[in-house]
Amino acid sequence: MTNESIISISNLSKRYPSGFQALDNINLTIKRGEIFALLGPNGAGKTSLISILCGLVNPGPGELKVGGLDVIKDYRAVRKMIGLVPQEIAISMFETVWATVNLTRGLYGKKPDDAYLEKLLRSLSLWEKKDNRLMTLSGGMKRRVLIAKALSHQPQILFLDEPTAGVDVELRRDMWKMIRELRNEGVTIILTTHYIEEAEDMADRVGVINKGRIVLVEEKAELMKKLGKRQLVLELPAPLSSLPQGIQIEGLALSSDGNKLTYSYDSHNSSGDIGQVIRTLYEHGIEFRDLHTSQSSLEDIFVSLVSANDAHTATATGERR
Amino acid sequence: MNFQAIKAIYKFELNRTRRTLTQSIASPVLSTSLYFIVFGSAIGSRMMDIDGVSYAAFIVPGLILMTVLVESINNAAFSIYMPRFNGTIYELLAAPMSAFEIVIAYVGAAATKSVVLGLIILLTARLFVDFSIVYPLWMLAFLVLISITFCLFGFILGVWADGFERLQVVPSMVVMPLTFLGGSFYSISMLPEVWQTVALFNPVVYLVNGFRWSFYGVSDVNAALSLGMIVLFMLICLTVIWWIFKTGYKIKV
Repeated sequence: MTNESIISISNLSKRYPSGFQALDNINLTIKRGEIFALLGPNGAGKTSLISILCGLVNPGPGELKVGGLDVIKDYRAVRKMIGLVPQEIAISMFETVWATVNLTRGLYGKKPDDAYLEKLLRSLSLWEKKDNRLMTLSGGMKRRVLIAKALSHQPQILFLDEPTAGVDVELRRDMWKMIRELRNEGVTIILTTHYIEEAEDMADRVGVINKGRIVLVEEKAELMKKLGKRQLVLELPAPLSSLPQGIQIEGLALSSDGNKLTYSYDSHNSSGDIGQVIRTLYEHGIEFRDLHTSQSSLEDIFVSLVSANDAHTATATGERR
Repeated sequence: MNFQAIKAIYKFELNRTRRTLTQSIASPVLSTSLYFIVFGSAIGSRMMDIDGVSYAAFIVPGLILMTVLVESINNAAFSIYMPRFNGTIYELLAAPMSAFEIVIAYVGAAATKSVVLGLIILLTARLFVDFSIVYPLWMLAFLVLISITFCLFGFILGVWADGFERLQVVPSMVVMPLTFLGGSFYSISMLPEVWQTVALFNPVVYLVNGFRWSFYGVSDVNAALSLGMIVLFMLICLTVIWWIFKTGYKIKV
């Protein structure tokens, strides 16, 4: 990854004819060669942003540059740089794998290259299926075909819109392996996802979008430190009225009905404390009949982040009045 | 120009025809043969010559045209409707292609099919009826122009249609009646005077007559006027397509 930007978006907004404001003054820079994860709930604007960059949706006001070129004025050069794996499985069911991948390569103005396409299909375990009609493939295989199509013209930038939605573990693992390889070859990857694990696993940087606004953009390591909260929940055999006097553990709380103890901690810095917490509870005669740990989902993190953001905006607006 | 892309779509579309050969070529040929058996051989033998041309030979251009019109519309409409229907239109929109190139590729492929189909029907007809073509180059020019024009029209229909029913409505409810009423199987001079005037508002009259003129040198309307009407219709279709891509109508928001 370099610090050179490959995509730069300035003050981009998009309002659909229905009146829905999908994007609201987006400012974002993607660096060449990075894996950027764009996170956000459904309807946040992820797909709208990607669709505008790929030419599927007309942009609203604002400036959009890819590789230093304007996405409208220099659309040919810009689009040649981009490969897109859409969220929905959109394929011509009656076509063969080989025909459809060849078509996509052609659409991008590239001459047929059987050797490259063979290599690509082999890397996606699609080679044996190359003469199969797409309708005969499983869901996972169809998604692989979409990836093969997106890579058929050797793009510099790859957009993956929810690539792992409804995908089995094996394909997910293969997909991440391939994405890492692409990144090593210098391809810039922008992916949208619901899953924080994916962002945690893969991304160099993470952007969070909500209601058409970029809420934050952060180096992944930094974000995980801030947001990667975990919880240990202990279910008690009998309700407690209050915590025993001698227990002084930060982050430990008793539920209102006294049946559960919840210990919130940071998975990156102090996961070792769990053992200490349990020992301390035993020492004070507290037993438990079950326990489980959970990691706050991105949605949870996101909602708290956004509600904090919304509250801040509301206060600021109130103050101005 | 992104020639590779045009070539890729063109090839892809023609391969689709090869795969659906029965539907694309065989069924129109079969239905045309039936027309010849019924109208040409069975009924035609009892009909008088029209403008010095035997009835069976007289209906050849009309029959070719009827199939070419309907198939041009169907082929072009389906070729763009299917990507809209199954979502693969995203690929066209994301590709480094201009609207003009997309139209050339799809309309070119559909028009190629129509021209081939027209020529196959012509050969089929020759098996049933004895005729010769006075202006073969003009015949080919009319066939190509009419095919392109109606493929453009089909392309518009494919963008406009929101369901398979709508795709079928125009060819079967509009084009077919206009073709039947447009002098495909008779000379409009055989109609009462009032209906002759009404017929002149039917665009198919000009297509059929221009095409028939290239076969036998006879026509109800001036051949140059026929050609002009075809070009006019083509320009109207091109304008509508230009507007579709300019506004993104039903393609891009």
